[in-house]
Amino acid sequence: MNWIVRNLWLIPMLPMVAAGIIAVTKRKGRMLAASLAIGSMSLSFLLSVWAFAHVVLLRNQGQIDLQVWNFRWFQFGNEWVSLGWILNPLTAVMVVMVTFVGLLIFIYSIGYMAHDENFTRFFGFLALFAAAMLGLIVANSLLLLFMCWEIVGLTSYLLIGFWYSNPRAAAASKKAFLTTRIGDLPFFLGIVWLYSKSGTLLFYNGGTGCLEPMSLEHLVAQRTTIGMCVATGIALLIFCGAVGKSGQFPLHVWLPDAMEGPTPVSALIHAATMVAAGVFLVARVYPLMSAHALVHGAVSTSAALQVVTWVGSITALFGALIAVAQYDIKRILAYSTISQLGYMMMGLGVGGVSVGMFHLITHAFFKSLLFLGAGSVIHGCSGEQDIRRMGGLGKLMPFTFATYAVGMLALCGFPLFFSGFWSKDEILHAAHVWDLSQIPFYMGAFAALLTAFYMARQMYYVFAGSTRLEVGEAHGDGANATAGMEHEHGPVPHESPAVMTVPLMTLAGCTLLLGFLGTPAWPWFQSFLEDTRLRVDFGAFAREGMFPVMISSSLIVFLGLGLGWWFYGREPVDAADAPDHLGRRVPAIFAVLGHAFYMDALYDKTFVRANIAFSRISTWLDRWVWNGAVQIVRYGTLAFAHMDSFIDNHVVNGAFDEGCEGVSRSGQILAKLQTGRVQSYLKVIGVALIVFTALLLWRANA
Amino acid sequence: MMLAWTIYISFAGALALLLLPQRFAAWSRVIALLLAVITFSIALVAFVEHRSGAMFTVVHRSWISSLGIGFDLRADGISLTLLLLTGAIGVCGILFSWNVEHRVREFFALYLLLIGAVYGVFLSYDLFLQFVFYEIVVIPKYFLIAIWGSTRREYAAMKLVLYSFIGSAMVLIGLIAAYVASGSRSLALGDLAGFAFTPHFQMWAFPLVFAGFAILAGMWPLHTWAPTGHVAAPTATSMLLAGVVMKLGAYGCLRVAMTLFPLGMGPWGFHFLGLGSWRDVFAVLAVIGILYGALVALVQRDFKFVIGYSSISHMGFILLGLMTLNQIGISGAVVQMVSHGILAGLMFAVVGRMVYARTHTRDLTALGRLHLSKALPFAAFTFVIAGMASMGLPGFSGFIAELMIVLGVWRAYPTLVIFVAIGLIAGVAYIWRAMQMAFFAGRDTEPAALEHPLEPITMPERIGAVLLIGASLVVGIFPQLFLNVIRPALESPLFSGLRQGGW
Repeated sequence: MNWIVRNLWLIPMLPMVAAGIIAVTKRKGRMLAASLAIGSMSLSFLLSVWAFAHVVLLRNQGQIDLQVWNFRWFQFGNEWVSLGWILNPLTAVMVVMVTFVGLLIFIYSIGYMAHDENFTRFFGFLALFAAAMLGLIVANSLLLLFMCWEIVGLTSYLLIGFWYSNPRAAAASKKAFLTTRIGDLPFFLGIVWLYSKSGTLLFYNGGTGCLEPMSLEHLVAQRTTIGMCVATGIALLIFCGAVGKSGQFPLHVWLPDAMEGPTPVSALIHAATMVAAGVFLVARVYPLMSAHALVHGAVSTSAALQVVTWVGSITALFGALIAVAQYDIKRILAYSTISQLGYMMMGLGVGGVSVGMFHLITHAFFKSLLFLGAGSVIHGCSGEQDIRRMGGLGKLMPFTFATYAVGMLALCGFPLFFSGFWSKDEILHAAHVWDLSQIPFYMGAFAALLTAFYMARQMYYVFAGSTRLEVGEAHGDGANATAGMEHEHGPVPHESPAVMTVPLMTLAGCTLLLGFLGTPAWPWFQSFLEDTRLRVDFGAFAREGMFPVMISSSLIVFLGLGLGWWFYGREPVDAADAPDHLGRRVPAIFAVLGHAFYMDALYDKTFVRANIAFSRISTWLDRWVWNGAVQIVRYGTLAFAHMDSFIDNHVVNGAFDEGCEGVSRSGQILAKLQTGRVQSYLKVIGVALIVFTALLLWRANA
Repeated sequence: MMLAWTIYISFAGALALLLLPQRFAAWSRVIALLLAVITFSIALVAFVEHRSGAMFTVVHRSWISSLGIGFDLRADGISLTLLLLTGAIGVCGILFSWNVEHRVREFFALYLLLIGAVYGVFLSYDLFLQFVFYEIVVIPKYFLIAIWGSTRREYAAMKLVLYSFIGSAMVLIGLIAAYVASGSRSLALGDLAGFAFTPHFQMWAFPLVFAGFAILAGMWPLHTWAPTGHVAAPTATSMLLAGVVMKLGAYGCLRVAMTLFPLGMGPWGFHFLGLGSWRDVFAVLAVIGILYGALVALVQRDFKFVIGYSSISHMGFILLGLMTLNQIGISGAVVQMVSHGILAGLMFAVVGRMVYARTHTRDLTALGRLHLSKALPFAAFTFVIAGMASMGLPGFSGFIAELMIVLGVWRAYPTLVIFVAIGLIAGVAYIWRAMQMAFFAGRDTEPAALEHPLEPITMPERIGAVLLIGASLVVGIFPQLFLNVIRPALESPLFSGLRQGGW
């Protein structure tokens, strides 16, 4: 066993140790905290590269490239619960991506958070997050994965609510934690179910792991009471966890709000890594997800993967639609992230692990680039986040503009030179040749059009025209008010320091280059993940409608960008309060999109409705039922809790008190007999004596 | 052997503290701490020495030989685990009572008496001896609450004593009946457990003894002593009450009721309301306790009541784990005993010592106005950690214990898993609510004016908190340390009756 496989745990452990040390560091130890976090991350990155090289080497030597290292954790009876780590291409790719992007974002944070009083704590949380995320990736046990998954959720909560004195940040962090928890509960039940059926939670363990054929056949062979096979049931429960974490419809509501956190956090956690953990989870348990097809062969796509596909394509379209009508620079990117995560899910569903994962990797780079660029813009505009108040930044912030443009074109999928093109195209192609339905393909294509459109809109708003930044108003509006207030640079937008622009340029470089690892002509990435033979083959473009799909998706991108120019580029936005050019044409639709299909409002409205109904429960009982199962359960629970409390105070306690009263009353009666006065005792004794004497005399006489 | 000295040292220390001259009263806390550390070390050494987890004799002398009662102390993996917990909570409880000024000698004397008696219960092999220790526990409990307590302390103390005695009476009846029925003229646990009582006898003796012990374990609906008792008690006593005294009940359920009368859990032969055995009845009561405790905790205004009711919920997990009758469930129950002992101790320490002793209010809304996350950051930090651990964050003890119990329940009662899962979610909700309201609320308002600034967190408190958090992490990350000794204990002849009926 190779050294790196045995010591893969060092990759998550190094940031964990750093987080531990930072936790006990005084608030003033800013440089210590930053250098610990960055140092540990650099070492993890080097180890990741080593691990990656090891896998590539094994692959080139034609050896088995799936290596695991398991150890026993705890035992009950004769059963052992084991944990372990795994090194395979999927792990290798992910650890390199997470450590590299993470490292850049850590460096960027030095600049971005420079003025924050809780700088030290920030790096502690970041390091803890990185540790948990890396642990999640290297885990070879669903249990270990779940444990890291929960810690990742916790750090996400802590970082969204980092500026917790801002009520919106506090509310957003709470929402994020609770919403993802709703998804985690079915996930947990899925784990327990899987354990009770297969007896192990190790993914791979020399033939006996739960993702290996023996166990899968066993799972597929069994049926649940509703006729679904057990494997599908478990897979769907696990997918619920991924839906919560990856912001899939309908549990996506937390992700836009999560943008209240500091921007590096949005880039690292809510764009590049954590939200992709759900996609990664599906990729990791892919054998289980596709188990039905694997065994029966007849059905090409398993029921579980069909669900994944549909949820993904709905989310892709849904997120893109909403992003069209947002004004907050980060919220646009957040909805875009939701949409792209939907793409990844769709890619997993229709195309397999390599298709979804390729987009995950490219997206991680260009989306973190976009977020960091947005952070640079916000930093430059002293905390302003509303794109209507920006404008003209192209000249003032040239590096930011150039790198942002690269990220934007990659996100749109601009042909040939941008990674997003290749990865998105692959998903669309896979959706095109999917044998069950063409609808996901059309949804994806339409979402691609919208993506190009809303990104063009954002670019024109932010970088074109002349500045609309208003003096003195910038501070209050920005969500990260703390960062805003700390910058006393005055109102003129300015370029960010090198510590922020260098990571931007590095990411931009990767964004340009990465796409060429997965082109149809030289699909290195795909062959690496799926263990197929790699060769240069330009003929691949001609197969299975690949070329038409590429052409049409390119046209879609051009069309989207053209529409963006038509609405926003032709006549520049001149005033901050001018109505949106698209909004002027179709105000009704624009308003619906701007309010994110009123999903939040729907949840709120039902919430308020239920509240009123509850107060009038006697007369409006039917309305109360109407207001959605969630609210009923919630209010029922609360009411029940109050009732319990009441019962506890009045009945259970009351009975006890009543019992005590009874005892003490009878005690009082008894106490009357025992007044403690010797005289009365003597009286009683005297009377008794007389009575007894009389009795004896009478008996004697008789 | 050494372990018996945990009892002797505690009792002797209690006596010595009472005899301490008034001038040296301030030393009493140092002495108490020293003695508690010594007893903890003894327990720790014994735990490390007996890695096999098998039963071993500590002291065995005849005592009332005409009745076959002996001074018989033995320990196995389960009791060692709980002895270790007692030692740890005992030490931390003293650290969190460093501020006691009122009648300080008596306080620590009673405290040591309580710990000594708890050690005694966990060590006793002779059931009569165990019963004696079990009764001794009640006395210091009463005085600690009635003298040093707060909110309705006489009421709470009296309620606690009455409930304890009702439980004891039920246990005593069952034990005497078992003694008579076996005719073996021995009250040693092993002798009685080896006797094959008639199924009919077990059918009524089991629920009697089990419920008797379960009263002290906070089983719904006989839990009502617990929240009021916890709330009224001074910090250290709350910690001991929730941390170890409730475990005495659960330990009795497992160690006495279930081993003596395993057939009592068998099917009745008929179904009533879907319940087919006493096992079903107690499992359902445990689940009700989990949900009920969590829901009631969700609407409390008093910070300490939240923790008090959360204990009911967590103790429900223990009883449910016992009723799964499979190895993973019962092991999980024992681990949960340790886990809840640590975490409840920690929570009561934060609420009682760090917050209430400084702010003199436990009303959640009033606390919100004090901006405690700024004023007492260490308290906020500790409570967040304790809360996360209590809601089952992986890495802490709560996760591993609840995982094992849920796995066990999945095998024994698949339908109940849903309710347990709802209980877990409710667990997140009430911790969350209390945390937000007590520490992170009131951002929009100005901090309420205080006559005196809150005194900073002292060193003993910090040490105690770090010890308990560390203990929870150790259990959560290396559960095998404990499972190694619990498993052989569960496989020993003592539990053979259970094994034949169950796992």
